[in-house]
Amino acid sequence: MLAFILRRLAQSVAVLLSVAIIAFAMFRFVGDPVNQIVSLDTPAEQVEQVRKDLGLDKPVYIQFVRYIGNALQGDFGQSYQFRQPVTKLLAERAPATLELALMSALFSLLVGIPMGVYTALYRDGFGARLFQAVSLIGVSLPTFLIGILLIYLFSVHLGWLPSFGRGQVVKITENWTTGLLTISGIKALILPAITLGLFQMTLIMRLVRAEMLEVMRTDYIKFARARGLKTRAINFGHALKNTLVPVITIAGLQLGSIIAFAIITETVFQWPGMGVLFLKAVQNVDIPIMAAYLMMIAALFVLINLFVDLLYAAVDPRLRATIRES
Amino acid sequence: MTQPVLSVRDLSVAFFTRRGVLKALDRVSFDIAPGEVLGVVGESGAGKSLTGQSVIGLLEPPGRITGGEVLLHGKRIDNIAPDDMRKIRGRKIGMVFQDPLTSLNPLYKIGDQITETILTHLPVSAAEARQRAIALLTEVGIPAPERRIDSYPHEFSGGMRQRVVLALALCAEPELVIADEPTTALDVSVQAQIIALLKKLCRERGTAVMLVTHDMGVIAETADRVAVMYAGRIVEIGPVREVVQNPKHPYAQGLMGAIPTLEGGRDKLVQIEGAMPQLKNIPAGCAFNPRCPHAFARCFVEKPDLVPVDHSRVACFLFDENKAENAA
Repeated sequence: MLAFILRRLAQSVAVLLSVAIIAFAMFRFVGDPVNQIVSLDTPAEQVEQVRKDLGLDKPVYIQFVRYIGNALQGDFGQSYQFRQPVTKLLAERAPATLELALMSALFSLLVGIPMGVYTALYRDGFGARLFQAVSLIGVSLPTFLIGILLIYLFSVHLGWLPSFGRGQVVKITENWTTGLLTISGIKALILPAITLGLFQMTLIMRLVRAEMLEVMRTDYIKFARARGLKTRAINFGHALKNTLVPVITIAGLQLGSIIAFAIITETVFQWPGMGVLFLKAVQNVDIPIMAAYLMMIAALFVLINLFVDLLYAAVDPRLRATIRES
Repeated sequence: MTQPVLSVRDLSVAFFTRRGVLKALDRVSFDIAPGEVLGVVGESGAGKSLTGQSVIGLLEPPGRITGGEVLLHGKRIDNIAPDDMRKIRGRKIGMVFQDPLTSLNPLYKIGDQITETILTHLPVSAAEARQRAIALLTEVGIPAPERRIDSYPHEFSGGMRQRVVLALALCAEPELVIADEPTTALDVSVQAQIIALLKKLCRERGTAVMLVTHDMGVIAETADRVAVMYAGRIVEIGPVREVVQNPKHPYAQGLMGAIPTLEGGRDKLVQIEGAMPQLKNIPAGCAFNPRCPHAFARCFVEKPDLVPVDHSRVACFLFDENKAENAA
């Protein structure tokens, strides 16, 4: 097991290194970073001085090694537009995004799985057909439209929930703020979390439904029935557990995308997270932020995938055996 | 005569499909006495498995019982509430399926699957259930059961898994076991062991068995009585010796003639011409009439009922009391 984890970690390092190369290449392809820093009328000597100070006169590979070295110490350089360390900028905004992503993931799992089970068990019933039809809308409507519709209904029309911002937040540590401890914070979280999670929820619902229908046809479910087990034990113990492996895969990947692509939702709800920061960075060609964001998301995906692999082993004894042998 | 464990009376099953109603079982009747092994044979699609599924109440839609009764100890069980039927499954009627590789849930230890079944049906503690499970595994011939009880299905071979399946089917001491082709998916060398084990376990417990198979060898070795099915009906039912050695229905004759014997030499085996009709175009009269070498006018018009012949009962006009009348 340990060997498995170590090997996966080694693979992860390789993946992250490749992403780092791409991130680093951005600095050079998008233009000379020195020009981004100095103004048009800076004297030539001063430009050279800046270049020297930043180490940009050195060969590319030395620059790359230095970039990696700094990144490992948590230093991704200075943002061009804010003149602040990128790490600090991201760290300030990460809690907002992570909180939002976590809530939407929870929402999509806690609603999606039961709905999937329900639609599979009563697939000819009225409720199941309704869910199926509604889920189609969830899959096909673009996120921003869902957000705007929700704002229109719950903020503008009914006035129940705020339409933007994080509400009141509580500081837990220097960089970590949470909205989960105040009522206005929780209220502010509801709409964006639903907006962000709706697509995943419908996806998970449809996935669970398809897998459940598949599993219900298997011999071991028939045999479980023939043994007179209670319907609840068959549906939730025997059948649902067997649908979990594909669901874990998709849910894991989706959690990554929820975090990475929270950008649209954050924009719609003026959510002060990393997505908004990234968008501003793109508009202003703020490469250090873009590069750091890229690497952070890559690291996140790698971590989630590792976690997913370990979860497989927890669910399926057959995979546990393969992992032990390898 | 003692009351039979299971009585099936005029059981009819049909599939309600978009293209119409397909009659799959047509007035099937038989009894199984306590401790008796009834073999049910026939070609694929004759309705053998369907009969088993109807008895245990696991017919899958669009299949539905359209007539007749299923009685367990004289009490009807085909029309009781689903949850009452569930309590009978496993407790009174056990079932063994064809493929041991897919009959066990891959994600649970075999011990958990056995104890779960025991705890569902019997008022025992978890520790007692586990003890019982170990005892059962010993009985079905799993070596080192105290250790193997915590193994997962994929850690067993096919034959061993079928032993576990037997343990599961018998763990709440049912009075009847429906074994639906229990050896078809197994290696020939393992088949005999499993059949011997099934026979031994049921004899020790006095459990009756409905053994569905198309393996005549298995029937001849195991069954007390045999029912031969053709196109959703029982065409002949009687003591195994009589049906195997002296079959009366032309279809049963063809079936028995197709069993290779050691003494049979190199002569070609008898083959029944043609194929069993599909459900949607079962001919009028006796369903076997297109393939029957003895068919005569009445066979194309009337459906024969089971009539007693010697110790058996046969559904063929050749044995009708008014035979002379037929010939005329």
